[in-house]
Amino acid sequence: MYAQMIKSEGGKSREEMSPEEAAFQDRIDAGETIEPQDWMPEGYRKTLIRQIGQHAHSEIVGQLPEGNWVTRAPTLERKAILLAKVQDEAGHGLYLYCAAETLGISRDDMTEQLLSGRMKYSSIFNYPTLSWADIGAVGWLVDGAAIMNQVPLQRTSYGPYSRAMIRICKEESFHQRQGFDIMMKMAKGTEAQRRMAQDALDRFWYPSLMMFGPSDAESVHSAQNMAWRIKINGNDELRQKFVDQTVPQAEFLGLKVPDEHLKWNEEKGGYDFSEPDWEEFFAVLKGAGPESAERMKARRDAWDDGQWVRDAMTAHAEKKSARREAAE
Amino acid sequence: MDPVGALALRMGDNALILGHRVSEWCGHAPVLEEDIALANIALDLIGQAQLWLGLAGEVDGRSADELAFLRDTWDFRCLLLVEQPNGDFGRTVMRQFLFDAWHVEMLRGMCGSSEPRVSEIAQKAVREVEYHLERSSAQVIALGDGTEESHARMQAALEWLWPWAGEALAADPVDVALAEAGIAPAVEDLRPGWEATLRAVLGEATLTIPESDFAHRGGKDGKRHSEALGHLLTQMQWLQRAYPGAEW
Ligand SMILES: [Fe+2]
Ligand SMILES: [Fe+2]
Ligand SMILES: [Fe+2]
Repeated sequence: MYAQMIKSEGGKSREEMSPEEAAFQDRIDAGETIEPQDWMPEGYRKTLIRQIGQHAHSEIVGQLPEGNWVTRAPTLERKAILLAKVQDEAGHGLYLYCAAETLGISRDDMTEQLLSGRMKYSSIFNYPTLSWADIGAVGWLVDGAAIMNQVPLQRTSYGPYSRAMIRICKEESFHQRQGFDIMMKMAKGTEAQRRMAQDALDRFWYPSLMMFGPSDAESVHSAQNMAWRIKINGNDELRQKFVDQTVPQAEFLGLKVPDEHLKWNEEKGGYDFSEPDWEEFFAVLKGAGPESAERMKARRDAWDDGQWVRDAMTAHAEKKSARREAAE
Repeated sequence: MDPVGALALRMGDNALILGHRVSEWCGHAPVLEEDIALANIALDLIGQAQLWLGLAGEVDGRSADELAFLRDTWDFRCLLLVEQPNGDFGRTVMRQFLFDAWHVEMLRGMCGSSEPRVSEIAQKAVREVEYHLERSSAQVIALGDGTEESHARMQAALEWLWPWAGEALAADPVDVALAEAGIAPAVEDLRPGWEATLRAVLGEATLTIPESDFAHRGGKDGKRHSEALGHLLTQMQWLQRAYPGAEW
């Protein structure tokens, strides 16, 4: 899940709401979709910008760990699949920026907020991809975790966000299958490949669990965001679902989930498992992930080095339309 | 070597190496739309490399992957132009344009090849490459015409790449044999179209075509590649070389 710990700007009880706010909440409760031209509380708008922006930035920064292997992909077919996948992620970023723009913020503004550290992206992309198996693990686990969160978000209350999610989800399930396919080849491959596969699972397991964010059972932010239907499920609930889905897949691959306490719990019909290290999570969110500095540098360099190109494109477009006007 | 195999290897290596270079931009382009567009071009080229190297491999019994990942520099037959490093975005765009302008003429000529396996691939590829040329032309024009800085960068890119661009238009014995057999067009016949494209696009871009007609040679015959190719292969082939025999 690419939006973690979204602080909510709302939190009013029914009695505190203005008539407009109450009518807005009624529409959401009735399952209606909110469109850009509709009235909306300022808090809803701001919170959504934060959430969609964080999601968009995650897609963009998320290109980097996988892009890290494009030039080292082991076959032409794998290279094409990976490149197409990373291209999809750029496309997801684009849909999401467009959705956020309907709320009155420009893509350039959001980019500047990302580069200055005021907007965040998912903690997961601050981890390194060290072997080809990591490309499998990212598709399998990271896209897998993203889907857990994004499938329900197809029913989110904000129309443009919901439509972006519908398009994105179709592609994400491909990504997950392709990732699993790489893991299968690796897990059934040579000794070295099996070692890479296990090592990838060892390193990506807990960071994947962190993607859902810390328990939000008590969080007022989550409660408000759920009331607005921009968050659909609780973090623990999704994490449980993810673990229950993923453990049998790891077994199928013949890989060991790196958790001594992992155990099927008949009573709850799910696995008991260890929590990730939440201190690490908070540190990573603050920018102390193993590749955080590298990721931000890569995005900043792309932006700075591309300035002359963007300026030239704008200048050329202006000259062209001036020439067209002069000719008319 | 079998002439069809030789041609397929040249075409395949051009697509493979340029596709690889373009893919190096992945996630680092100046705007998001450009990340997506560059990935498209790289994907087209990798797809074409699979087809051409597949054909080359048919002739000598190796798979496209074996040809891509298990040959050393001296066995590569790509143009020196495509192996040149990306440089800034302007140089990448200019390299693409200079290559596309030749590539499109070459593929059009091969659509009527006496060898059906060649014409089949050419007919598929030419549609993609016509689009590549349209795009790279528009970009050269926009960046050449844009700002003072972009103009200077594009003129510098053109001058930097110019000595690498001429190899494609200089016939060697393999080219001559292919033309005589009707498998590929004669290199001389490509020049008018290539020059017309350059004059039109670079003119509109307000860029000056260098006067020198000096051209480095040694890419398409493999006699002397530039140093850059070895580094590219080091990265591209690393997994296959480090873990021989593994399936991926
Ligand atoms: Fe995505
Ligand atoms: Fe993703
Ligand atoms: Fe994805």
